[in-house]
Amino acid sequence: MVEFAMNHTWLVPLLPALSFLIIIFFTRPWPRLSSTVSIAFMLSSFAVATLAAYGVFTDAQFKHEPLVYAIRWFGMEGLNIDVGVLLGPSSAMMIFMVTLVASLIQIYSTGYMKGDPGYSVFFSYLSLFAASMLGLIISSNLLQLFVFWELVGLCSYLLIGFYTHKNSAREAAKKAFITTRIGDFGMLLGMLAIQIIFGTLNLYELGQIMPNFEDYTTAGMMTLIAVLLFIGPIGKSGQFPLHVWLPDAMEGPTPVSALIHAATMVVAGVYLVGRTMFLFVEVESAMYLIAVVGAFTAFFAATIAVTQREIKRILAYSTVSQLGYMMLALGVGSLTASFFHLWTHAFFKALMFLGAGSVLHALHHKADVWDMGGLIKKMPITGWTFVIGGLAIAGIPPFAGFWSKDEILLATFNEGHYLLFTLGAVTAFLTAFYIWRMIFLTFFGEEKPDNHPHESPLSMTIPLIVLAVMATVGGLIGTPMNPHWQEWIFFGESHHIVPNIPIMLVSIALAAAGIGLAYVLYIKDRNKANVKDLAIRFKPVYTLLYNKYYMDEMYLWFNHKVVDGSARMTHLFDIYVVDGIVNGLGAVTKGTGGILRYTQNGKIQSYALVFFLAVLVITILLAFNDTTSMALVLGGVSK
Amino acid sequence: MSFPLLTACLLAPLLAALIIIFLPKDESKLHKIVAVIGTFVSLAISLYVFFAYDKSIGGIQFVERINWIKDLGVTYYMGVDGLSLPMLLLTNLIGFTAVFASWNIPNRTKEFFILLLVLIAGVMGTFITQDLFIFLLFYEVVVIPIYIMVIIWGSSKRVTKEYAGMKLTIYLLIGSAFLLAAVIATFVKATQITGTPDMSFQALAQVNFPEQFQIWMFLLMLIGFGSLLSMFPFHSWSPDGYAGAPTAVSMIHAGVLKKIGGYGLIRFAVYVMPAGAAYWSPLIAVLGVAGCAYAAMGALAQKDLKYIVGYSSVSHMGYVLLGVAALSVVGVNGAVANMFAHGVMAALFFSMIGFIYERTHTRNVSDLGGLARQMPKLAVGFMMAAMASLGLPGLVSFIPEFTIFVGSFERFGLLAVVAIAGIIITALYVLRAGANTLFGTPREKYNHLKDLKGVEMVPLVVLGAVLVIGGLMPSLLFDMVDSGVAPIMSHINEYLPTAVQIGGKY
Repeated sequence: MVEFAMNHTWLVPLLPALSFLIIIFFTRPWPRLSSTVSIAFMLSSFAVATLAAYGVFTDAQFKHEPLVYAIRWFGMEGLNIDVGVLLGPSSAMMIFMVTLVASLIQIYSTGYMKGDPGYSVFFSYLSLFAASMLGLIISSNLLQLFVFWELVGLCSYLLIGFYTHKNSAREAAKKAFITTRIGDFGMLLGMLAIQIIFGTLNLYELGQIMPNFEDYTTAGMMTLIAVLLFIGPIGKSGQFPLHVWLPDAMEGPTPVSALIHAATMVVAGVYLVGRTMFLFVEVESAMYLIAVVGAFTAFFAATIAVTQREIKRILAYSTVSQLGYMMLALGVGSLTASFFHLWTHAFFKALMFLGAGSVLHALHHKADVWDMGGLIKKMPITGWTFVIGGLAIAGIPPFAGFWSKDEILLATFNEGHYLLFTLGAVTAFLTAFYIWRMIFLTFFGEEKPDNHPHESPLSMTIPLIVLAVMATVGGLIGTPMNPHWQEWIFFGESHHIVPNIPIMLVSIALAAAGIGLAYVLYIKDRNKANVKDLAIRFKPVYTLLYNKYYMDEMYLWFNHKVVDGSARMTHLFDIYVVDGIVNGLGAVTKGTGGILRYTQNGKIQSYALVFFLAVLVITILLAFNDTTSMALVLGGVSK
Repeated sequence: MSFPLLTACLLAPLLAALIIIFLPKDESKLHKIVAVIGTFVSLAISLYVFFAYDKSIGGIQFVERINWIKDLGVTYYMGVDGLSLPMLLLTNLIGFTAVFASWNIPNRTKEFFILLLVLIAGVMGTFITQDLFIFLLFYEVVVIPIYIMVIIWGSSKRVTKEYAGMKLTIYLLIGSAFLLAAVIATFVKATQITGTPDMSFQALAQVNFPEQFQIWMFLLMLIGFGSLLSMFPFHSWSPDGYAGAPTAVSMIHAGVLKKIGGYGLIRFAVYVMPAGAAYWSPLIAVLGVAGCAYAAMGALAQKDLKYIVGYSSVSHMGYVLLGVAALSVVGVNGAVANMFAHGVMAALFFSMIGFIYERTHTRNVSDLGGLARQMPKLAVGFMMAAMASLGLPGLVSFIPEFTIFVGSFERFGLLAVVAIAGIIITALYVLRAGANTLFGTPREKYNHLKDLKGVEMVPLVVLGAVLVIGGLMPSLLFDMVDSGVAPIMSHINEYLPTAVQIGGKY
C-alpha cells in the first residue's frame, strides 16, 4: 500500500483533477452529488498522500535523497522537458497538509455554500485548485512547476471572481491575475536563463549542478537569475510591493479565502524558493534580498492590519505578514524554520478564515468588526476555536505558532541579522495586538442588539474543531524537546538549533504584551480611552495605515495614466501615422492615376500631340548622340 | 501510385462548392450541409494524414507528382512534411468550424458558402504543395473570395467594410508583387546555375546562390511574406480587415491565411536563402519585438472586441517572427507551433465574438457586460480563447511561446525580454476585455439572449478540445514540427556567427 502510494504519487493531484472533470461534464445539475464526488475524490487523494508521506517519513534514506521518477513531456534538440514526481520530506509534508486542509475546506463548503446557484461549479473549481496546487508540490521539473503555478493562478482568478455578477469581484480577480503575472514574468525570465545556461530545468539535476555553477556561468549571472526567479514568489506569495492583490482577493467566498490564503496558493512562492534553495544559497546577496523583503513585508503588512476594520481584510494582511516571516526564514538560510511556519500557519490561518466565514454566515455578511461583539456566547464553537487560532498566531506556547515563529526569530538572530530580528520581534508584538483587537471586538465585549447570531451547522464546525486541534498540537513535532521536524525537513545538513531561552522569553513577552494592550484598549478601558480618540489623535498615521500606504492608488494611477496613456498614444500613432502613410500612399497612387488619366482621354488631337512630341524627343536624342545620324535626319528634313 | 489523399483533401471543398452552385438559391439549409460535408472530409483526411505520417522517416511523404509545364520546371507536386502538416490540420480545423460559425448568415448563403469553400481550398493548397509555382498560384487564389466576402457580408464600424476589404486585398497583392519578383529572380538564377529548371522547394534549396543575391532576395521575400504575416510596420490592414470581415473570414484569415506568411518565410525564404536569413535575422527580430510590444499596447487602447483580437494577432505574429529570427531549431519549432496555437485560439476568439455580435448587435466593450450570467457556454469559450491568448500553461499556446522565448533569449538576450514583457500587457488587455464583456452586473436588455446551442457549440467544442489537448500533450505537435524543421535548419549554422550555435554555453 505504502509503496504503491509512493510510486503513484501523481494520483494525488490526478484524483481532484478527475473530480473537476466529472463535475463539469456530468454531475453539474445535481449539487449534492457534485459535492459528494468532490469530497470523495479529495479524501481519496488525502489517503494516498498520507500513505506516501508515511512511506517517506519512515524511511531514513529519504532525508537526503528524494524519490524521483519522470517521463518525457516534449523535447527537441536543445530543449528537453520531462514531467514527474519528486517526493522528499518537504513535498510529502506539503501534500499531506494541503490534502488535509483542502478536504476540510470542502466539507465546510457544503454548509457555507448551501443553496448557492453555483454550488456545483464551486466544488469543481475547488477540486481543480487542489489538483493544481498538489501538482505544483510534487513537480520534478521547474517548467512543470510553472505550469501548475499558473493553473493555481487561474483557479484563484476563477474563485475570487466566483460571484461573476459583482463588479468588485470582477476587479479583484483581474487584479490578482495581473499582479501575479508581473511576478511570473520575472520567474519566466529566470527559468529561461536557467534552461539556456544549464540546459535543464529538472529540479533534481539542477540541485546536483548548482554547487559547481562556476563551470557554467559567472556569479553575476547567478545573482541575476536568483533575483529574477524570486520575483515570481514576490507576486504569488504577496510580498511587498506586489502584495496588493491579496487583500482584495477577499471578494471570493470565504472558503476560498481560507484555501488561497492559508494552505495553498500563497505559500507556493515560499515553497518555490525552498525548492530552489540550491540556487539561492550560492548567491549571498539574493539571500539577503529575500530576508529583507520578507522582514519588511512582515512588518509593513502588520502595521496595515492594525487599523483595518473588515474581519477578512485583517486576516488577509496578517497572511501577508506571516508569509513575510516565512521568506525571512528562507533568506537567513533556514528552510526548516520557514517550512515549519508554513505548516503551522496553514492550520491556524485556515482555522481563522473558516471561523471568520462562520461569523459572516451568522451575521449575513456584515464584515466590520466594530459592528460585532460578544459573539462567543451565541457561537461558542466558532468563538473558542477562533481564540485557539488567535493564541497560535500570537505565539503563545504551547500552541503551534509559537514554536515555528520562535524558530524563525532564532534563526535570524543566530545568523547575525540583528536588525531583521528586531523587525521580526516588533512584528510579533503587532501581530498579537491586531489579532486580539479583532478577537476582542468580535467575540467579546457587548453584544450588538441588531445582530442575531447563531452557531453554524456541524458541517462547518467540525472542520473548525479539527483545525483547532492541529493548531494546538501541530507545533509539538518541532519543539526543542522533540525536534523531529528539524531532523527531516532541512536544506543541506540538518542542524539542531540549541534553544535560546532569552529569545523564547522575549517572544512570549512581546506576544503577551500585544494581547494585553489589545485587552486594555478594546475591553477594559474601552469607554475610557476611546479608540476613536486614538485614531483622531494620530490621524495622519491612522489615515496612512488605513489606506494601506496608498499603494493601490499609486498602482491605479500608474495603470491609468502611464500604461493606458501610452496605449492611447500608440493607438493614435497607429491610426494617424502608420495608417496615414498607408492611406497617403494610396492617395498618391490615386492622384498620380488621376493625372495620368488625362493622357488617355480618347481625343485624337491629344494622341497626335503626344505622338508628335515623342517623335521630336526621339529625334533630338538621336541627333545629339551621333553626328552621322544627325546629319541623316536633318539632311532628310532640309531636302 | 497510392490513392491521392492530398488531392482528395484539396478537392473535397471544391467539389462541395461545385455542388452548391447547382443547388437552388433559397435552400440555405442544404448549402450548409454540403459545406459541412465538404469540410469534414478534408478534416478527416488531414487528421488521418497527420497521424499516419511517419515521423521516424521524416521528409516529404504522401507524394503526388505530375509534370506540368516542362520548360518552367513546374510540376503538380503535392506532399507534406512536419512543417506543412500542422498547417494543413489547422486549416481544416478552422475551415470546418468556420462553417458552423457562419450558420446564421442572413443573406445569400449560396454565394457565401461557395466562396468560403474556395477560400479554404486555396489556403490548403499553399500548405500541401511542394512546388513554388503552385504555391504562388494558390496564394493568389485566396485573394478573390476574401475581397468579395468582406465587402458583401462584412460590417462597417470604425472604418467601412469597403475600405477594410480594399485594404486587406491591396496589402495582400502588394505583398505578392514583391514575392513574384523574388520568385522569378530566384527561378531564373537557379536555372542559370544548375541548367535544369525545377520549381520545387527541395531543388531550389540545393542551389548555391551567391550570398549577395540571397540577401536581396530574402529582403523581397521578407516584405512579401511579412506583410501577409502583419509584420510591423506592415500590419495596419490586420485590425481593420478583421473588424470589417464576417466571422468566418476573420477566423480563416487570422487563423490560417496569415500563417501562409510565416510558413512561406520558413519554407521558401529561410530554406532556400539561408545566407539571406542569417543576414536579416537581427532586423526580423527587431520588427518582431516591435510588433509584439506595439500591437499589445495598441490592443490595450481598443474598444471594439474584434479590434482587440486583431491587434492581439499582430502581437502574436511578432512572437512568430522572433522565433524565426532566432534561426535555431528551438526558435523555429516554437514559431511554427505558435502559428498553430494562435490559429486555433484566434479562430475560437473570433467565432465567440461573432456569436456575441449576432446576439447583441454590438462589439463595443462598454456596451456589453455581465454576459456570463446570460450565456455561460459562450463565456467559457471566450475565456478559453482569452486564456490561450495570454499563454496560460495547460493550453496549447504556452509551450510554443516558451520555446520561442528559449530560442530567442539564447540569441538576442535583452531584446527578447521586451517581447516576453508582452505577456503582462497581453494579460492586461485580454482580461480587461473578458471582464468587461462577461462579468460584472448583468444588463437587463440582454436577459432574453439565448446561450450557444446545437451546432453553434461546434467551434467551442472542436477548437476548445484542441486547445486543451495541445496544451497537455505538447509532444503531439512538437514532434511533428521538429521532424519538419530540423532538416530545414540543418545547414543554417554555417551562415551564423559561431557564438549562437545551439547547445552552446555563455
